[in-house]
Amino acid sequence: PSIHLSIYLSIYLMTQMSCRDLFSEAVNDTGSTLVRRMEICVAEAEKRSGKNAVNMQETFTVYLIETRPMDAVAEGRNPAPDSLWRRYSEFELLRNYLLVTYPYIVVPPLPEKRAEFVWHKLSADNMDPDFVERRRIGLENFLLRVASHPVLSNDKILHHFLTEHGWKEVVYETGFQAKADSRIRALSATFRVRNPDKRFMEMKHYSDQLQSHTSQLLRARARVADRLYGVYKVHGNYGRVFSEWSAIEKEMGDGLQSAGHHMDAYAASIDDILEEEEHYADQLKEYLFYAEALRAVCRKHELTQFELEMASQDLISKKQQHEELATGIVRTFSFKGMTNKLFGQEAPEQREARIKLLEELIAEGEDTVKEKTVECEEHVERAWVDMQRFKEQKDKDLREALINYAVMQISMCKKGIQMWSNAKECFLKM
Amino acid sequence: MSVGTPRGLASSGQKPIAEILHPLSAAEEPLSVTVNLGGDKTTRVEFDLPEYCVWRRYQDFDWLRTKLEDSQPTHLIPPLPEKFVMKGVVDRFSEEFVETRMKALDKFLKRIADHPVLSFNPHLNAFLTAKDLNKRQGLALLTKVGESVKYVAGGYKLRARPAEFCAMGEYLDTFNQKLGTIDRIAQRILKEQSEYLTELREYGTVYSSWVGLEDELRRPLEGVAGCVTTCCGALEDLGENMSQDFLPVLREYVLYVESMKNVLRKRDQSQAEYEARLEAAILRKQEDRSPMPVEVEKCQDKVECFNADLKADWERWQSNKRQDFKQLLTGMADKNINHYEKCQAAWESLITLLQDKQTEDKTSETN
Repeated sequence: PSIHLSIYLSIYLMTQMSCRDLFSEAVNDTGSTLVRRMEICVAEAEKRSGKNAVNMQETFTVYLIETRPMDAVAEGRNPAPDSLWRRYSEFELLRNYLLVTYPYIVVPPLPEKRAEFVWHKLSADNMDPDFVERRRIGLENFLLRVASHPVLSNDKILHHFLTEHGWKEVVYETGFQAKADSRIRALSATFRVRNPDKRFMEMKHYSDQLQSHTSQLLRARARVADRLYGVYKVHGNYGRVFSEWSAIEKEMGDGLQSAGHHMDAYAASIDDILEEEEHYADQLKEYLFYAEALRAVCRKHELTQFELEMASQDLISKKQQHEELATGIVRTFSFKGMTNKLFGQEAPEQREARIKLLEELIAEGEDTVKEKTVECEEHVERAWVDMQRFKEQKDKDLREALINYAVMQISMCKKGIQMWSNAKECFLKM
Repeated sequence: MSVGTPRGLASSGQKPIAEILHPLSAAEEPLSVTVNLGGDKTTRVEFDLPEYCVWRRYQDFDWLRTKLEDSQPTHLIPPLPEKFVMKGVVDRFSEEFVETRMKALDKFLKRIADHPVLSFNPHLNAFLTAKDLNKRQGLALLTKVGESVKYVAGGYKLRARPAEFCAMGEYLDTFNQKLGTIDRIAQRILKEQSEYLTELREYGTVYSSWVGLEDELRRPLEGVAGCVTTCCGALEDLGENMSQDFLPVLREYVLYVESMKNVLRKRDQSQAEYEARLEAAILRKQEDRSPMPVEVEKCQDKVECFNADLKADWERWQSNKRQDFKQLLTGMADKNINHYEKCQAAWESLITLLQDKQTEDKTSETN
């Protein structure tokens, strides 16, 4: 029985991104394609200690996943949520499973494993509370994106991940790791494929560019943040000197002293401003990593296309061999032909056996080609749909992110005006 | 070249109200200054004409100052902007440099014209009116009481400096220190802002270069790039203002403090001389019963005169200093507010633009 549940955004989501608006709009726009699920949130983070794979003591963070059926919430009941703790590595496992199982889907990315694009104030330490907090938000965002995806949200393993303690056994049972494409095969396909779908090649090129631009932007933003921090902090020195100066003045003293306090406040205000901006950086990072996921889908196409080409090529060559054997006309160079010439023709029984074998192989080959064709075409069809979905999502999200960035800038300007106006009032009283 | 703002002097009572306009012309000589005494406002008798227009070089100002210092040793003479500029470092003919110097010279003259004693000085008169400042020929001057009293070069040791002059000295030392600190902070801010500006420009170009890749996102990306560029411009203006208006005034006050300290030293010398002569006279009196020599009485007068002048000048200086710094710091606050206002306006117009587009799209979708 399908339980009609709708996506409910976690109240713990504090990002400027206003995910709520994003997702609730998604509900309205995509209507029935969006599976109505349970309320999901990553509520907390905690430090744990334990022995790792090589039996060494390590500290790590676990995140609390809470779920509640949506209809209960909608009806006003307030049941206690089901909950379990998961490590970052388990999220990685889930994502890897999704990548292998749905190679035609642009799978949502996880928040970064290590802090990158750090500007000097930010800690690069994984245990830093600010980093952990932003990661908590990122993990929740990941779950919500997956759970609202028209295809991914139906996956059983996802359900297990969200609700069962013994999910790891289940996921290993799927044997997905064996199905993963080897890196070398994939790379080789990229170089050797002859007729990949043009649209996918364009999309691949786009993903490269997207990655390049977002990473450039993140680097430049970090440098700007660093410099801006310096500018604000130096103003704090005015605070001190005005205070010292006010001590030797009579009428000017009070005005100077209070102005000095406002200068201190101005210098301190940059901390909050830049922390807020980190959310913008996180939004950019999500799409930096999304670019990688997009490229993976394009690569998968190259691989399926390549395998199809290989299978077709193989079939053609076998048919040719068969023809040669059957008609005796050698068209192409072959070792058999060579050895025949050197050592004499083989016996007719042997030839018959070979012809029979080839016919079997050709039959198999034709099946293979049919399979590969279907695989390739299915992948193209489904991937194209998801890439379109992705494009729309990306345009919307990044547009929102840019608007929110502008809002942040306005807020910063207003604060600046406030501080300097306060200082000005004090100067006027001098 | 720009015109200096005509400022009326706020002088009270029977003091002259002279409007000095300094239109600076693109002349062959550096810093040729036109001094224009405002028309019917001149009520001073020594000036024959209501208006004078003369050309003066920096060294003419220097001459004036030296003359004033010599002839009015008990008074605080306002400072001139620095005489020597390192040729390699500063472009003496650049617009900014000339304008900064012009403002400082304008202030210099205004302060003198504002002074109840200095403004009557014949050297000032000559400076403002003579077609050719003949500096070599000594001008025939009316002797005034203060003028005949010459500053005697050192050698006398001071016994007890009155407390109020001690306090002045201490104040000046600390004040000087603070001025130096503020100067350093301001320079540091300029440096940090300049580095920030460099990164900000680069940041803007990254948005611009992304535009070509996108279609739907083109407008927001272009918009953000544009806003960043506007902010860069606003920041540049702020920096210019600080280096052209703020720093020179600070430095001028450092020179002022120097001048003031000099005057205090002269006063000390004057007092020391008096004490020495008095002591000598008392000893002689004890020996041969001769009356107090006239020189000693003159010395006493001199010291008392000096003290009185100095105290008056000190009060005036303090008052001016308060006004000047009030104006300076308020100006700094204004410039910063202005900078943020420009940036805010840019970002707000972007949001309006993008939100309009959004409603446009929505209505076209529903239609």
